[in-house]
Amino acid sequence: MNVKILIIEKLKENFSESIEKIEEYRDDLSISINSEKLLQVCNFLKSDPELQFIMCKDITAIDWAKKDYRFEVVYHIYSFKLNYTLRLKTKIKDPDEGIESAYSVWQSANWYERETYDMYGIKFKNHPDLRRMYMPEYFEYYPLRKDFPLLGIPGSLPLPKK
Amino acid sequence: MEELKKEKKSKIIDALLKNRSYLTVEDPLENELILNMGPQHPATHGVLRLVLSLDGETVIKGIAELGYLHRGYEKLAENMTYLEYIPHTDRLDYTSTMCNNVAYVLAVEKLAGIEIPKRAAYIRMIVAELSRIAGHLIAVGTFVMDVGAVTGFMWAFREREKIQEIFDRVAGARFTTSYTRIGGVASDFDDEAIAMTRKFIDEFLPALDEFEKLINTNKIFLDRVEGIGYLSKEDAIELGVTGPNLRGSGVEYDVRKAKPYLCYDEIDFKVPVYYEGDCLARYFVRLDEMRESCKIILQCLEKMPPGPILANDPKKVLPGKTEIYTRMEELIHDFMLVNFGMNPPEGDIFFSAENPKGELGFYIVSQGKGFPYKLKIRSPSFCNLQALEKIIQGAMISDVVAIIGSLDPVMGEADK
Repeated sequence: MNVKILIIEKLKENFSESIEKIEEYRDDLSISINSEKLLQVCNFLKSDPELQFIMCKDITAIDWAKKDYRFEVVYHIYSFKLNYTLRLKTKIKDPDEGIESAYSVWQSANWYERETYDMYGIKFKNHPDLRRMYMPEYFEYYPLRKDFPLLGIPGSLPLPKK
Repeated sequence: MEELKKEKKSKIIDALLKNRSYLTVEDPLENELILNMGPQHPATHGVLRLVLSLDGETVIKGIAELGYLHRGYEKLAENMTYLEYIPHTDRLDYTSTMCNNVAYVLAVEKLAGIEIPKRAAYIRMIVAELSRIAGHLIAVGTFVMDVGAVTGFMWAFREREKIQEIFDRVAGARFTTSYTRIGGVASDFDDEAIAMTRKFIDEFLPALDEFEKLINTNKIFLDRVEGIGYLSKEDAIELGVTGPNLRGSGVEYDVRKAKPYLCYDEIDFKVPVYYEGDCLARYFVRLDEMRESCKIILQCLEKMPPGPILANDPKKVLPGKTEIYTRMEELIHDFMLVNFGMNPPEGDIFFSAENPKGELGFYIVSQGKGFPYKLKIRSPSFCNLQALEKIIQGAMISDVVAIIGSLDPVMGEADK
């Protein structure tokens, strides 16, 4: 059976009401999922014996700069059994409220989520160690947001005294 | 400012000492010691900072801090055309620049749907494999130097120098190559470059034998790294480790085999796997991969067909210089491509390629404009470093150096 059809059927069977959108572009399958059900879907994808998405390759976010939902968190997960990389997307209404951390499913989510928090300011609930990844602790802005200027904000990074 | 500094310090220490508060022993000699290692440390391969808490010579817990080389390449990518970004990919993993160039343009080609000519695909494979050998030579060279064998470092760099000369010939630069273009490569891999490559492989294989003879039978080296830094198969997958580090833990996963890109499906090569999961296994994987790379290069040189090196797709691929100077149509295309970029259709793709350090992935979101709306780099060094905190738990302080060397992170890539 085709891998994509298998994944879609399996998900539709169990989570038909929480799937928001299924897209396919250049052979990449991406599935949008309601943020409340995300953790359950991740757990299912990891533990189902036919799917086994046991590796999380990447977590990032997109700033759509829109009013109704601004951020979208993107997960890339890989199954050795199916030899397939699947993309999951979930919309975030309020970055301060955030989303449930995927750390309980994949341990590698630890640093990926820290990086996403550092760059976009999205909070991950129940994350073991949500500190900034690259920027200094006292930095107040989130650099990859679309309203952050390319040249930076003067004075946001104090320079050493001459 | 002073208060801010204090707060910053305490946050890292907090993370280090999380869930542990047994600093109550009366005898001061029994207490834990907190040791700061790096960012300026010769064995951390760049600007990696580790904060270790020690009990005697045993590491209880270590926290890695990144960001000392953060240059914001993902932000820069959103503000320049796809073509302009190629030189920035050189600065990711600066020990194997060609592999980054190849992975990036393949991702853009997947996004825009460009077919490249066969000769260009073979040239890309040759330079990527040469670059892989160069990257692994640095990896094994610095690894053996970290544990005390300085001769190995010198021998590895001697061989690497010859690869840089080949790159100088084909790309015009030794390190910052920027050799690939969207739709092909910048210049042809000519007869002299082929002769240089053949000569290099003829000399490299005996040199590698010599290197192995010197290092692999050395009792001091083996005692120093065997059984050190154990990473189990399950942990490696769980922590997102890829590349030689994953194969050293017994997982046969190589993107070139799992999802063949370019013409890797036409080439006969093996994926070396070791099952021990220690520093020595990771070192052996790299040595064997260099031999496999030589095999791939020789086959590519045999099979490389003649023909064009750039795709004929005027709306997306830059035309040749002579055509720009002599024909109006090409001049217009060149002007539009350079100033406004090629506009790939709306959509998003994830593409990953096998780099010396692991799986380098690019996630690109296009809004139909000349600039990417978002470009995310899935850098292998970053993901591999995440396993470091797990591995060094319970290791000796002197082994931390060997473990970092065997994981082979490049901070230019980890910090982006």
